[in-house]
Amino acid sequence: MSAGVQRRWQGLLFVAPFLLLYCTILIYPLLKGAWLSLYRVDLFGGGTFVGLGNYGRLFADPVFWQSMANTLLLALMIVPLLTAIALALALALNRATRGAAILRGVFFSSAVLSVTIVTLIWRFVLAPDAGLLGELWTAAGWAPLPFLSDQSLVLPALAVTTIWWSVGFPMLLFLAGLQQIPHDMYEAAALDGAGRWTTFTKVTLPALKRTTILVFMLQTAAQLQLFGQSQLLTAGGPSGASRTAVLFLFESAFGRWELGYASAAAEVLFVLIVAVTLTQYALTGRPGADNAR
Amino acid sequence: MRADRLSPVAWALVLLGAAIMLAPLVWTVLLSLKANAELVGNSGAALHGPYTLQNYAAIFGTSQTMRWLLNSAIVSLGTTAGVLVLCSLAGYGFARLDFPFRRTLFVLVLLGLAIPSQAVILPQHQLFATLHLHNSYPGLILPGLTTSFGVFFMTQYMKAIPTELDEAAMLDGASRFRVFWKVILPLTVPAQSALAVFTFLGSWNDYWWPLISATRSDMYTLTVGLAAAQMNYAQTSGLGFLMAQAVFASVPIFIVYLIFQRQIIQAMAGAALK
Repeated sequence: MSAGVQRRWQGLLFVAPFLLLYCTILIYPLLKGAWLSLYRVDLFGGGTFVGLGNYGRLFADPVFWQSMANTLLLALMIVPLLTAIALALALALNRATRGAAILRGVFFSSAVLSVTIVTLIWRFVLAPDAGLLGELWTAAGWAPLPFLSDQSLVLPALAVTTIWWSVGFPMLLFLAGLQQIPHDMYEAAALDGAGRWTTFTKVTLPALKRTTILVFMLQTAAQLQLFGQSQLLTAGGPSGASRTAVLFLFESAFGRWELGYASAAAEVLFVLIVAVTLTQYALTGRPGADNAR
Repeated sequence: MRADRLSPVAWALVLLGAAIMLAPLVWTVLLSLKANAELVGNSGAALHGPYTLQNYAAIFGTSQTMRWLLNSAIVSLGTTAGVLVLCSLAGYGFARLDFPFRRTLFVLVLLGLAIPSQAVILPQHQLFATLHLHNSYPGLILPGLTTSFGVFFMTQYMKAIPTELDEAAMLDGASRFRVFWKVILPLTVPAQSALAVFTFLGSWNDYWWPLISATRSDMYTLTVGLAAAQMNYAQTSGLGFLMAQAVFASVPIFIVYLIFQRQIIQAMAGAALK
């Protein structure tokens, strides 16, 4: 082998360790999942080819549709509110005072906790008999509300829990976005005699457009995968009122071991999330594209 | 930073928000400091003394929590070390060297940014069962190493380093690997630390994979252990103890957060804005 050929292949040696693992543990399972979704497979392996049978069954399954509807409802409650709160916090706390720094830390603190700690905390905020809100309600002379066992309260309760847990990261993104706005744009606006509101709508908001789309789409993709809050706080109940799509997939796979059927559900979810991610890339520029707005 | 002053109404709203952020945390700490028996049927007792550390003593005594802490530490540190090695090597390869199919392979790696872990969980579970890797440290660590973000992040960072440095070293007769090891790697310490903290945090808090892979309680990580603890919870088994476990499990990650705040913020903002 000549030195030139050797050098040509040298680069592969650097990327090979990662790529080998990546293809074995991620790409192969991705393809295998699509294949599995066309078979009826159970715990004992085997499998009969059923074509699109699993998908047919899935789209006729009211439990699946309920879980999809719950997931979309949760995303609808969480994403716009979360984006708005994060933006408001970023605007309020984008200043160089000590107080603002401490408050930024407070609003980010919950984001470093795992979902199991968050649900453990919120279980005893929301529980009517032993929870913080129950105590407050009782102290105010009202009957405590059964947030986690009432069909109409359970999704809003999960949404509030999720917003409490997730507000830090979008706030951080908005703060980073605000830092990138050139100062002379504000000076120019001030010279033109623009008031606060005009400056906000004509300078700040347009400059944050890319960040806003990014936050919105990242959160949509994240909330479509909402799992731990639903599994741990309510186990999807009462009567499936808080079962999310991923919990449905988890139960079909690791509760009933219907691997082919669960794979079909996973594929549907995958397509949905990829669609959201591609929309984000299309609107904000692909990864690796220049950071310029 | 803007200089204009915030209106009192806005300040009041921000402070109210901060109270909503802190109240559940304070409540959790208060519950954890109460004797279990006092809380039965009356969690309001947490609002006043006497407080005790007995629930924390119980964690250090007989419970499995220490074992879960050890597992979480091994898995998170193992994942972090693995990610740094693999992503630095791959990043250097993609940023500096030309080889057949380089572009295609890089696109393949970028594809991973859009693959949610739910989409691959079933075949992954089967694969690890076939390899007898469930309930083992390698089994818990390996899926965390396939991070497209890490490779992307290191590639971008290394691309920004001037190539003159490599060329000078090559002229001195250094091998490619020596250039990578002696010249480039030391220059990437800021990126390494940001990626390390980011990976550690993600791995420490991961619930989805260990939930499925670690089915024996001695192989639980803290996340799965605490999930099991709250699912099996009955008021007689001790609300105070349960909340002490939550506080105990939060402490390491809060310490990491306080020490590495800057790196975390950099990595997170970089992850999304790049």
